[in-house]
Amino acid sequence: MRGLRWRQWAATRRRKRRVDIFIQQIINGLVLGSIYALVALGYTMVYGILGLINFAHGEVVMIGALTALTAIGLLVPSGLPGPLVVLGGLLIAIPVCMAVGFSIERIAYRPLRNAPRLAPLITAIGVSIVLQQLAMIGWGRNYHTFPAILPTTPHQVLGAAITDLQILIVVTAAVLMSALLWLITRTRLGRAMRATAENPAVARLMGVNVDRVIAYTFVLGSALAAVAGVMVAANYSIAHYAMGFMLGLKAFTAAVLGGIGNVGGAMLGGLLLGVIESLGAGYIGDLTGGFLGSHYQDVFAFFVLILVLVFRPSGLMGEKVAERA
Amino acid sequence: MTQPFPSRPLPALLILSACLLAACGEQTDTAPSAAPVAGAPSMEAPLVVRLGHVAPLTGPQAHLGKDNENGARLAIDDLNAEGFKIGDKLARFELLGEDDQADPRQGTTVAQKLADSRVNAVIGHLNSGTTIPASRIYHDAGIVQVSPSATNPQYTRQGYAGAFRVFADDVQQGGALGTFAMKNLNARRIAIIDDRTAYGQGLADEFEKAARAAGAEIVTREYTTDKATDFASILTKVKSTSADLLFYGGMDTQAGPMARQLKTLNLGIPMLFGDGGCTVEFHKLAGEGAEGHYCSLPGVPLDKMAGGTAFRERYKAKFNTNIQLYAPYAYDAVRVVAEAMKKAGSTDRMKFLPELEQINYPGLTAQITFDEKGDIKNGAVTLYQAKSGAWSPLETVGGDATP
Repeated sequence: MRGLRWRQWAATRRRKRRVDIFIQQIINGLVLGSIYALVALGYTMVYGILGLINFAHGEVVMIGALTALTAIGLLVPSGLPGPLVVLGGLLIAIPVCMAVGFSIERIAYRPLRNAPRLAPLITAIGVSIVLQQLAMIGWGRNYHTFPAILPTTPHQVLGAAITDLQILIVVTAAVLMSALLWLITRTRLGRAMRATAENPAVARLMGVNVDRVIAYTFVLGSALAAVAGVMVAANYSIAHYAMGFMLGLKAFTAAVLGGIGNVGGAMLGGLLLGVIESLGAGYIGDLTGGFLGSHYQDVFAFFVLILVLVFRPSGLMGEKVAERA
Repeated sequence: MTQPFPSRPLPALLILSACLLAACGEQTDTAPSAAPVAGAPSMEAPLVVRLGHVAPLTGPQAHLGKDNENGARLAIDDLNAEGFKIGDKLARFELLGEDDQADPRQGTTVAQKLADSRVNAVIGHLNSGTTIPASRIYHDAGIVQVSPSATNPQYTRQGYAGAFRVFADDVQQGGALGTFAMKNLNARRIAIIDDRTAYGQGLADEFEKAARAAGAEIVTREYTTDKATDFASILTKVKSTSADLLFYGGMDTQAGPMARQLKTLNLGIPMLFGDGGCTVEFHKLAGEGAEGHYCSLPGVPLDKMAGGTAFRERYKAKFNTNIQLYAPYAYDAVRVVAEAMKKAGSTDRMKFLPELEQINYPGLTAQITFDEKGDIKNGAVTLYQAKSGAWSPLETVGGDATP
């Protein structure tokens, strides 16, 4: 009898442990996915309005992260509490990124507004390379480390561990995304953005200052990118000049996954991609009996993208023209 | 390795010797108008010895690469300052520093560049992944190579007479780590992660062999890359296996964030890794998460080296930064090559290579003698633990103390 009871107890424990691990992987995925979603919004907003894939967006995230780190490095000796220092870094990074986003649009894209579609795409790649090289000159090629000013002690939630910072990342991302949805659906600027997305020529005739709306779109996307950059630097404690490339690629994937041009889709796509990556890396080894391992983490994300594109070419939530912003 | 002059086309060597006899005339910027003629060396013109040095000077491992180069530069400055003579001629050493970005492709490109510029010897590369492909190019060009830090055993097992290292290899290090994990840490269930590079995977394989032989169970083997920063999902996987030790084969740029994420995931198991993570930078990257983890480093601790403390101070004074890791080994690599040239009285590879094979040199890091493969004999391995922001030595396995 006692043996049986022990076996039951052990089985329950194992099952509980498996559930705990599953919840932990979902949390890992949500943290990663929140960052992807914020970056993906930048891609999707610009695409929705201009039909342009702004490949330089990942670089804006990188500039946000490095600017914040520099500012934080200067603020640390002041002896302010850690969270305030990070907030200070963020408040400096946001306007810098906004300025960068505004300049990119003004210098690189506006002159090509009526050019064939391929020209701005090539320009976008060029801008990305230029920004990366400038960052390399300015910040050097070394890894910059985030000072240890934030608490890293985790909380236990439903058997999984999560830190204050990670909670903050998910909450901030959710708040920012809700605010963006509100802005697009409820404000005058949002209406102008939707009108421009639908038909720039008609919007212009209705008195919308199309150039200004486009500039606002870039500035907004860049502000979100700055926040995402600070999140990446704080969560992984590392930032360097080349960090924007892979992150940008993943975020672009997330935007396509959700349906590029669709703001809700970018949020869903980002969160989904984060969770897929996390679960993929965590379980693929067991599912395939060790045939595929965690080195397929990146492959897994892109594989899902291919599947979505084959079976739903316009993304999960669709590229609904009327609603894209 | 028994034949002193292995497979190499004669013409290349003839060109090399001719170049050396002419003291590489075009390189001596201070050469008098009457350039030294072959066979009639002038006492005034110093004998120029050009050493190539290769390490990643850009990218994530730039801090380590610069450290190696500084070590080599310090040795070269010392040699020039003390009036080192080869044969009866005053030697002037020059360092040609190259950057391989820790990338095997870039590694072969710069190796070819050094081979084309006919350097007398190469110190490097830093990583096993770049050292192994580059060693073939040096071998083909007839250039002696001494790596201060490449630990993958394959490097010296390709049958290249001119390939040496002044550092214990992964078989020695992996073995020491495996024994340490079992005996000192009482690990029974071990999880292994590696970064899929020649170094990380090689060391993890050797560790796995040693740990299995000692009776440990390897509960999972996970993988990442040498550019990754997010390890949450693989660490959660490790958590699910109830491992009692995590071994990581890779560099500090991953080991640091990994240690930090280990803490944020509330996974209270110790981490163990090799020399790649055993750096000052690790503490910066891991922050609060660094405490209590273990690493190994071939060689004895700097403080236990004869003249180690003095070296640390001289290094600090000259470069205004602290030693990261391999600088003393890069220093020894240069000195041991210079010593072989002095013994042979020549910078000709044909002449100084046999001397290098036979050398018995009291270096900074160890008494340097090579076995028939070109590996340092009796390489020591020291284990360290992270304590309040620094690595504190626990014990040294094998090796002879510096006399």
